[in-house]
Amino acid sequence: MAMTMTGEVTLPADRPRVWAMLNDPVVLKASIPGCQSLEKTSDTSFAAVVKVKIGPVGASFKGKVQLSDIDPPNGYTIGGEGEGGIAGFANGGAKVQLADAPGGTLLKYDVQANVGGKIAQLGSRLIDGVAKKLADQFFANLANAANAPDASSLEAGSA
Amino acid sequence: MSATGIGASVKRTEDIRFITGKGHYTDDINRHGQAYAYFLRSPHAHATINKIDASAALKAPGVVAIFTGDDIAADKVGGLICGWMIHSKDGSPMKAGAHPALAQGKVRYVGDHVAVVIADTYAQAREAGEKIVVDYGVLPAATDTATTAKPGAPQVHDVAPNNTVYNWHIGDKAATDAAFAAAAHVTKLDLINNRLIPNAMEPRAAVGEYDSGTDALTLYTTSQNPHVARLVLSAFIGIAPEHKLRVIAPDVGGGFGSKIFIYAEETVCVWAAKKIDRPVKWTADRTEAFLSDAHGRDHVTHAELALDVGGKITGLRVHTIANLGAYLSTFSSSVPTYLYGLLLSGQYNIPAIYCEVDAVYTNTAPVDAYRGAGRPEATFVVERIVEIAARQLGRDPGEFRRANFVTSFPHQTPVILAYDAGNYGGALDKALALADYKGIGARKAASAAKGKLRGIGFSAYIEACGLAPSAAVGSLGAGVGLWESAEVRVNPIGTVEVLTGSHSHGQGHETTFAQLVSQRLGIPFENVSIVHGDTDKVQMGMGTYGSRSGAVGMSAVSKALDKIEAKAKKVAGHVLEASEQDIEFKDGKFTVKGTDKAIDFASVALQAYIAHKFNGQELEPGLKETAFWDPTNFTFPAGVHICELEIDPETGVTTIDRWTAVDDFGALINPMIVEGQVHGGVAQGIGQAMLEGAVYNGDGQLLTASFMDYCMPRADDLPSFRVETIETRCPSNPLGIKGCGEAGAIAAPPAVINAITDAVGHEDVAMPATAQVIWRAAQKAILKRAAE
Repeated sequence: MAMTMTGEVTLPADRPRVWAMLNDPVVLKASIPGCQSLEKTSDTSFAAVVKVKIGPVGASFKGKVQLSDIDPPNGYTIGGEGEGGIAGFANGGAKVQLADAPGGTLLKYDVQANVGGKIAQLGSRLIDGVAKKLADQFFANLANAANAPDASSLEAGSA
Repeated sequence: MSATGIGASVKRTEDIRFITGKGHYTDDINRHGQAYAYFLRSPHAHATINKIDASAALKAPGVVAIFTGDDIAADKVGGLICGWMIHSKDGSPMKAGAHPALAQGKVRYVGDHVAVVIADTYAQAREAGEKIVVDYGVLPAATDTATTAKPGAPQVHDVAPNNTVYNWHIGDKAATDAAFAAAAHVTKLDLINNRLIPNAMEPRAAVGEYDSGTDALTLYTTSQNPHVARLVLSAFIGIAPEHKLRVIAPDVGGGFGSKIFIYAEETVCVWAAKKIDRPVKWTADRTEAFLSDAHGRDHVTHAELALDVGGKITGLRVHTIANLGAYLSTFSSSVPTYLYGLLLSGQYNIPAIYCEVDAVYTNTAPVDAYRGAGRPEATFVVERIVEIAARQLGRDPGEFRRANFVTSFPHQTPVILAYDAGNYGGALDKALALADYKGIGARKAASAAKGKLRGIGFSAYIEACGLAPSAAVGSLGAGVGLWESAEVRVNPIGTVEVLTGSHSHGQGHETTFAQLVSQRLGIPFENVSIVHGDTDKVQMGMGTYGSRSGAVGMSAVSKALDKIEAKAKKVAGHVLEASEQDIEFKDGKFTVKGTDKAIDFASVALQAYIAHKFNGQELEPGLKETAFWDPTNFTFPAGVHICELEIDPETGVTTIDRWTAVDDFGALINPMIVEGQVHGGVAQGIGQAMLEGAVYNGDGQLLTASFMDYCMPRADDLPSFRVETIETRCPSNPLGIKGCGEAGAIAAPPAVINAITDAVGHEDVAMPATAQVIWRAAQKAILKRAAE
């Protein structure tokens, strides 16, 4: 089942720094809620393991993350697909755009995602709420990273 | 009438064990050394299986074996079959895609079987299932009934271009076109018959067991027809020859059709039991039941009714698209054809009918028979369009129906069936009186004064059940005959065991069959036991569906009892030293005509076995008889249901205030059980009309896969039913029985929707008419009135 979500957030850092953070596996790993591992497999792709709980269904998703439409330092599209075993699957992407703004950088995102299997069967009424919460957490974590003196020290950031 | 004979409301003997937890269901069966199966199911509606990597799963604790479609293929295990051949109107046979028990190369619906993990415990099997890595090539899915046959839709099976299984038709197109050309008035209707998920209380389960000493297999399974399961598993799937395969369906907690079919899981359990030489058990969890039990209904229909100036129906034209899901389930092809098109004449004298049905594949669970099977779909079409026609012509809906009723019997419809007996006007009269139809105007006014909308809806249904004359269904494409068998074993002390090919999964056969035997043999009801559900005990049988156990199964028992009586008379003749022709049998006593010489049934039974009083070469000892009953016609239960409800237009909350049912089921064996069947059937029909609806999204994900999202009717959704009967005996069986198991589910949906549309004053109300649907309909009516 498909889900869409859009939003924006102002991050307290200038555009080049936000851009760097968005391409830094350490920052991303610390910021993605439930991220167990994130390894760069090429300049534009990562292998990831993410634990998510949607209502009664908890699952560990293993998948690929791909970056495309890369336009530094203005934005990219981050896409991924993951198999959650018997919990089902999830795939989707987010178009991320950066713009200068008073006090930092305005990040706009436009998410499209699909889930299937048990997640869709049992969690379909919960999925929008969970997705919103995960996005909020992700950007809150990213904002914390922007505030931190050295983003690389955020390895153990909240999830 | 005795207190336990035919016509008595005997309390159900089986209920004691059911309500005290002493029932013995498939999941209660545990065999020595048993392992457990977990089925890995597809999360995708449509995908190629590029690779299955089970290496990590095989190393998981407790895992005994993991099998995939490759193993099924290597063992030459046959595919699951559809047992009813339907031909398209161009004469070509239906296009059945392969249906392997474990997917081979492709998955076609969410829940399709990808692999089975067998382990020492169910938890271990499930844990290991997590570790199987499947590389899917996800394909777009075809999910929409109305458009799946259109060019460009994803293709479910290569053998079925445009996802079309068949384009079937019935009736006289030219005569029907002529009726429409000459019509004074034409009523048109587009409708959707919503998709339903059966949800028997007991989920499906199976235990397969192999005895290497005798090379024989036993399958315990939740089946409505264990002999049909054995036949299919043996003759088509090739698990084992019939004499090496025993199928036992013990207590079964509801079926509603969903347990007729031979599924992948039981096939795999019994096959794998031999492979690993250990019993293999599987019990569905509720999500698996939602995903993989055959669903019901799912039609998209356009219908047109032609009428002459006097309001007589002159023709009916129907086009239906029937969604059969991703594979053809066991009897799926027959449901939207011979169980549907043949019923389109309803209770009415319609000179010309033409019906076309396009059966289509989609990437959804298979769809097959569900309580009523085809007849609810037909009744919904007929009773909605007749109601709308009456409204358009400004006629009273009851009197409009009456004016078009079939009134003389036998009546040959234009769609094969010949109705043998009925009294449609009589049922209508009784229903109108019981429902206080005369007072509806005052009740509507009273509701209006409270700001509520009150509506009344009729459903004058007919169904064809007592399936079915073997030669007739054979000529229509059935792969089996639909007779039933019975064996009556009289023990030396005069107690009786009846072995029946019918199968009880809630119907109460242990009670009703015993009532028949008790009455016929004049022996205490307690002295009769009913045996069913075991292919090693019962020689052969066709099982229970299509309201056939009474009309066909009990007729077989009755025929066997005739033979018992004839044999017992011979024995009694020897004992009483009288000619067999002079022996009379009544109330459990054999007497010699015109004398006071008598002997009771139990004594005759003993004499039959000790065989001292007759020459064992001239008369065989023993008292045991077998009969097969093949019906000569379908039976035709019919009746009138009237639904009266009140809507709160501000919230859509709707209360069914009165439900009146007047049914003609022919002779009744146990009126209490009949009433219970009507209650259950009407509850399911109201569920379809107002609450239940399976929803797949465009990707083929089942969004209604739990009771959170799929709403079943509960007691507080239902009124107190007023259930009465009239009786015209069925002329085609010795007991005069017509069958009552499905009638409520057939009758109810149009009665509800006719009542809602009456209340809101327009026809734009789809099933399930939830509070939201009804609120929208009521608001639309209010806005329309305001605009006028």
